[in-house]
Amino acid sequence: MAISSGSMARSAVPVGSAPRKSFWSRLKLFLDKNGTFMLMALPGAALVFIFAYAPMPGIVIAFKDLKFNLGVWGSPWVGLNNFGYLIATPLTGRVLFNTLFMNTLFIVTGTAGAIGVALLMNEVHGKFRGRVYQSAMFFPNFISIVVVSYFVFAFLSTDQGLVNNVLKSFGVEPLQWYSSPEYWPVILVIVNIWKGVGVGSIIYLATIVSINPEFYEAAKIDGANKLDQIRYITLPLLIPVITILTLLAIGRIFYADFGLFFIVTRDTPALYPTTDVIDTFVFRGLRQLGDIGMTAAAGLTQSVIGFILVIIANLVVRKVDPEKSLF
Amino acid sequence: MGRFTVNAVLVVFSLICLVPVLLVLSASLSTETAISQFGYTLLPVQFSTAAYEYILAQPQRIMNAYVVTSIVTVTGTVCGLTVMSLLAYSISRQRFALRKPLSFYIFFTLLFNGGLIPFYLFVSQTLKLKDNPLILILPYLVSVWNVLLLRTSFQSLPEELLDAARIDGANEWRIFFQIAIPMSTPVLATVALFTMLSYWNDWWMSLLFINNKSLYSIQFLLYNIMQGLEAMNATPEIAARYGGNLPTLTVRMAMAFFAIGPVAFAYLFLQKYFIRGITIGSLK
Repeated sequence: MAISSGSMARSAVPVGSAPRKSFWSRLKLFLDKNGTFMLMALPGAALVFIFAYAPMPGIVIAFKDLKFNLGVWGSPWVGLNNFGYLIATPLTGRVLFNTLFMNTLFIVTGTAGAIGVALLMNEVHGKFRGRVYQSAMFFPNFISIVVVSYFVFAFLSTDQGLVNNVLKSFGVEPLQWYSSPEYWPVILVIVNIWKGVGVGSIIYLATIVSINPEFYEAAKIDGANKLDQIRYITLPLLIPVITILTLLAIGRIFYADFGLFFIVTRDTPALYPTTDVIDTFVFRGLRQLGDIGMTAAAGLTQSVIGFILVIIANLVVRKVDPEKSLF
Repeated sequence: MGRFTVNAVLVVFSLICLVPVLLVLSASLSTETAISQFGYTLLPVQFSTAAYEYILAQPQRIMNAYVVTSIVTVTGTVCGLTVMSLLAYSISRQRFALRKPLSFYIFFTLLFNGGLIPFYLFVSQTLKLKDNPLILILPYLVSVWNVLLLRTSFQSLPEELLDAARIDGANEWRIFFQIAIPMSTPVLATVALFTMLSYWNDWWMSLLFINNKSLYSIQFLLYNIMQGLEAMNATPEIAARYGGNLPTLTVRMAMAFFAIGPVAFAYLFLQKYFIRGITIGSLK
């Protein structure tokens, strides 16, 4: 009798269960177990919040007609008008084309180059020699793109550049490189390969090295030469890695390497027809602050399409090799 | 494919990777007239240290940039390493209840970002960090790739060892500092190296937010010089020394060498770590 009236006096305790802990005691238990970890993660998480998440609400600028005296939140809402302007502007098509075209070139040439280097490195005898080659080939990756732009300038400067000097010595008319947009897709591909192929070859080399040597021995017995071995053993076994890396690169195809297209080109307007990409377009729009709504719309489009592509790419990669995807 | 061919191709490619540095070095050690006449050559036609003398006679700009960049690099690397390893350690522990949501929170930023315009407006209007040295350091303190690398490394620590320490009464801080860190020095060294590199080579934050010339980083100074936005200081005395023929091209190349010098130097001695770092990085 005493027990039942006691349990009816308390509100929601089911008869027969353990005494209910209060919110605070559960919280204390949680903090006891996880508090230290939370504290450890705090600075990092806060920084990520400040620089990655906190700016996100600014996305609305793409939907507004930004007036600085009214600020972001006071400015009038214009819905999809900015996107309309963006689509109507002829510049947009060119920018979009350059971004996708150049990135595709980079993916194809970069992959081919990296595989080529990996195949060559695989044939090198002697660890020391291999390390020497690798040291030389990795070096360009550590040089800042500003310094790279100085290299390019030393090569392509109209009056003193090495290339024009060589042309002159062959009696060929020197070119005004920084005024000729048509050459820059090739120039940028070369620079991109120069900078990235050494480092890019690592993962291919690692894959090649892990191929069972018995395959090659069996092939040699059957009379296959080096080229055959590469064609029928090495390359097919590289296809999974190639696929994954290519897919991941396609996921990022809407993002251009700002350093290449802005710093190396020295932001030369004459070269915009072939070197103006989404990232430089947005940056210039920011600087000029003229029609920031349209620029913001371009930026948002890049982020959204980029997001969708990255998700799709990683989902596909997850099917091929779960370890290599981002999630 | 003959061994000779393979090595020949690799030698050529290796040289191609190194030649530009030679070009710049040679140009910096040349007379200005030789460059105007003969252009950039692999070896200086007329040897001269004039460009370096010019820079070092009026070293303010470049010394200032060196100081700024060095302080930013050291501070950034030390703080970044600390913040990132603490974060990575916490999300590497199975027993941390918030592990999954926090990991998602961190790694989601690799998939989506708000874009340049929101970022720029947030930093300049809300945080008001324009022309503030903090903006050169803070955004790079947490690099999600490095956090991933560190987390993987911490995950491979033998849990039994940590449990043994816990049983002995150690709290998580002690375990972190006295077990996890000492056992992870290779990865920490790699992350430190690459963090230092990204700070040293940075020009992006300066491009966006720095107008104050005394806060220029060395790469940004270099960029401004190339764009002709930054004339090398020329007092009348110095101009007189060169008879009106100021070494502009050679000075630019000498400046480039100042920017790349420390990196090249470090690379020479720390090659092993650089290489190991990329290898681990790209395999992950």
